[in-house]
Amino acid sequence: MDQIVLKNVTKNFTTKTLGTVTAVDNLNLTIQKGECFSFLGPSGCGKTTTLRMIAGFEDLTEGEIHLCGRPVSVKSKNLYVPPEERGLGMVFQSFAVWPHLNIFENVAFPLKVRKVDKAQMHERVAKALKHTSLDGMEKVFPGSLSGGQQQRIALARAIVTNPEVMLLDEPLSNLDPKLRESMRFEIKELQKEFNFTIVFVTHDQSEAMALSDRMMVMDMGKVIQVGTPTELYNQPINQFVHKFLGLSTFTYVNIRDGKAYPEGDPENALPVEVPANAESRMIMATRPNQIDMNRTSGYPSEVVKRSFLTNHAEYLVKVGDAVIKIQTPHRNEFAQGETCYLRFPGAMWYAADSEELEAERNRRQLV
Amino acid sequence: MRRSNVNPDMARLDGKKFSMDKFLTILSFVILIIVVIIPMLMIVYNTFFVDGRFDTTLFTEIILDPANVGAMWNTIKIALLVTVLGTLVGLFFAWLLGRSDIPLKGLMRSMFTIPYMFPPFFGAMAWELLLSPRSGYLNNWLVTTFGLASAPFNINSIGGIVFVELSYYFPFVFMQVVSALERMDPTLEESARIAGAKQWYVIRRITMPLVLPATSAGALLILTSSLSHFGVPAILGFSKKIYTLPTRIYQLISRASGSFQGIREGAALSILLVIVVMLALWLQKAVLKTGSYDIIKGKSMRPMLIKLRGAKIPLLIISFLSLFVIVVVPLLMIVLVGLLRAYGLPLSMENFTLDNFVNLFNHKMVADSVKNSLFLSVASGVIAMFLGVMIAYVINKIRPRGKTALEIISILPYSIPGIVLAIGVILAWSGNLGLNLYNTIWIILVAYIARYVAFSMKSASASLQQVHYSLEDAARSSGATHFESLTDITLPLIRPAMISGFFLIFLPAMRELTTSVLLYGPYTRTLGVAIYSLRSDGYIVDASALAAMTILLIIIVNAIVNAIVKDRKKG
Repeated sequence: MDQIVLKNVTKNFTTKTLGTVTAVDNLNLTIQKGECFSFLGPSGCGKTTTLRMIAGFEDLTEGEIHLCGRPVSVKSKNLYVPPEERGLGMVFQSFAVWPHLNIFENVAFPLKVRKVDKAQMHERVAKALKHTSLDGMEKVFPGSLSGGQQQRIALARAIVTNPEVMLLDEPLSNLDPKLRESMRFEIKELQKEFNFTIVFVTHDQSEAMALSDRMMVMDMGKVIQVGTPTELYNQPINQFVHKFLGLSTFTYVNIRDGKAYPEGDPENALPVEVPANAESRMIMATRPNQIDMNRTSGYPSEVVKRSFLTNHAEYLVKVGDAVIKIQTPHRNEFAQGETCYLRFPGAMWYAADSEELEAERNRRQLV
Repeated sequence: MRRSNVNPDMARLDGKKFSMDKFLTILSFVILIIVVIIPMLMIVYNTFFVDGRFDTTLFTEIILDPANVGAMWNTIKIALLVTVLGTLVGLFFAWLLGRSDIPLKGLMRSMFTIPYMFPPFFGAMAWELLLSPRSGYLNNWLVTTFGLASAPFNINSIGGIVFVELSYYFPFVFMQVVSALERMDPTLEESARIAGAKQWYVIRRITMPLVLPATSAGALLILTSSLSHFGVPAILGFSKKIYTLPTRIYQLISRASGSFQGIREGAALSILLVIVVMLALWLQKAVLKTGSYDIIKGKSMRPMLIKLRGAKIPLLIISFLSLFVIVVVPLLMIVLVGLLRAYGLPLSMENFTLDNFVNLFNHKMVADSVKNSLFLSVASGVIAMFLGVMIAYVINKIRPRGKTALEIISILPYSIPGIVLAIGVILAWSGNLGLNLYNTIWIILVAYIARYVAFSMKSASASLQQVHYSLEDAARSSGATHFESLTDITLPLIRPAMISGFFLIFLPAMRELTTSVLLYGPYTRTLGVAIYSLRSDGYIVDASALAAMTILLIIIVNAIVNAIVKDRKKG
């Protein structure tokens, strides 16, 4: 069943310094019931604006949004349902726990505005607190609590109404790395227990990959790719997605007679299969840990620098004019200055991003 | 922290037995004791001791005198009304500007700061010109236009005093709350909307409680300011025999024309005033739960502005109408009356002349007062600024054992009514202790320094806290002496705070009335006193002209300050 539907959603902001900026550009998206769906992208890509439009904190410039089959924002009909009537749960990056109310009052707040009777309120708050390991702390004021505890209060407050949809706005970015991992797990457990659809925003790709069933990568207000974490990692649609989802090694290559020559080396072709529709100049993308580095066959190269790290060794090697990074297991060791041969299984091919695109991306960071 | 328990090795770092740190600490204490503590002790001593013997007859007589008790109730009544109404008005405008989509916010904000710039007794003068029951211009116009039997408004009343004080003091709450609203994390309110709460419910249950600390800080400022306020009740109350404690103290002393008995009576009544102020502070703490919440975190998202829709235009009109009445009308009235050929003539073109302004320059008393005020403002500004920096340095960087006491003593004069401070200064420096400064300009200077040192101390403290001690240490390790590290590193770093500290003193000193009205001698009138005396001697147009000149002077200085501040921000 379609839980959240966005149709042609566009949002323009006008600022004094930068003029009109299209924060979200003609976005179409359907999120299924029970899914854990993440919006991923660099800051300024429009992911937070999209989430805030679903929540009802931002109006649309164009398009429509439907929640659980009910239209909540339809620009053409001038329909706009305020946030308090959308029946959502939401957790904010800053937790937004109210410092003047104690934990019980914080969590009971959504029930209080819904005029739930006392007995039921206590029962439901107790359940929410139990599932967030906050039982026994009802009377505590949140001001002095740690980030992790405040996060739990925010979660408890969001689940206490049993919402069908839970919006999470960078919920883990204010926590320290260790806590982040355990909170991920707790959020998944809560989803199993309370059965809600999760939509969450993050700029942390490992967080997105660990939590999501499907994810959407955004850049400059546009959807770049939607898919499962595996699809996005293994078949990134362009250089941007490739770079965003993990360590990447990019090599500029010139294509001649169906062979790929790295820039600065017209002699040795790379041992790769060139796609049929390749232009004369392309970018070859690989992951540093997928490059095969050996002493027998492949593209001849030289080790520029070797670093010994805890889980693997890292080499900088020459490919034409460029120096690229390779990660290998420790058993396969090369000395600095040694000749080596490279193979690139699973290389991906992209047209190079234009410079204007890069400039536009930088401009948007300022908004 | 690091220097709190100075060990001998650390002290020897300075290369002298008697370190500069110790010198600065002792000097700060000595100056503050002379300037602040001695005058306060003199009030208590002269009230309770006669010829060296403890005696409470004077104090009991004074506090049982029905006239004084009446003055006390008036003071409390006025202060409470001003506080409650001022808080409501301030909150309303703060919400309107901080959270709604009302247009022209920038213009409104700058208008709200104008009352800060002018002394409230100018407003009292202006409103008396408009609304005094016998000859107020507006009253007369209303009577003739609508054929009324008597004047509809009477500014010479408790209500009138409350109205004028209100229009000057509500920005205290407004400023505090609007800045709290702007710094507040908007998701605190958004999470309540998502939880299902309507706009009005969010305002009542989330926004208001969270800005309560800011509100009560502003309300406290209104309350203490109003309790110790002299100018407005002096201008509006005397003619109708409505007294408040500060004006009653003034009356006791001026009626006794400087006799010691009169000053002692004033001192005794001052103690009552201080008790009332302290009680008010204590009561406020007991009633309102203060404390500050950490509400300033999270992303710097623009808060969602509340659409006023149909109410937008009416609210805009109400706002500008009240701003016009509060800000523009009194200023305009002062200037127009200052232009009149004679008081009482209708306000029309053919009655206007610049003669009053020209005459001011030929008036000996006026010329003296301009000179005196300029001298006093510059001198007290410079001295109190450096004194404040020194005390702030001792409190924040040297951190000696008595630093809390030092801080309290330097802030004390800030919460003590100006009129009380004046009496203490008279008792201390008119011969009782061997030094007689009475009737000289120096006694006013000493009072100003005591009154304003807290301003520069606070401004320098805030700035010094930003200067990490490693910066000074780096200078020491590069070979600078302690003194050099101070003059080459620390002082240049806090220079902006020193400059703003100077103007924080210069501007209020320029228009000071409350303290100097008790301390002036025949040749040491200040601008405030000159305007006040001209008016009470019946020279209404001259008083207005001089007030208009003062306004012009303040505007010019403010423009210069703003230009300096802007330049600094660019650089």
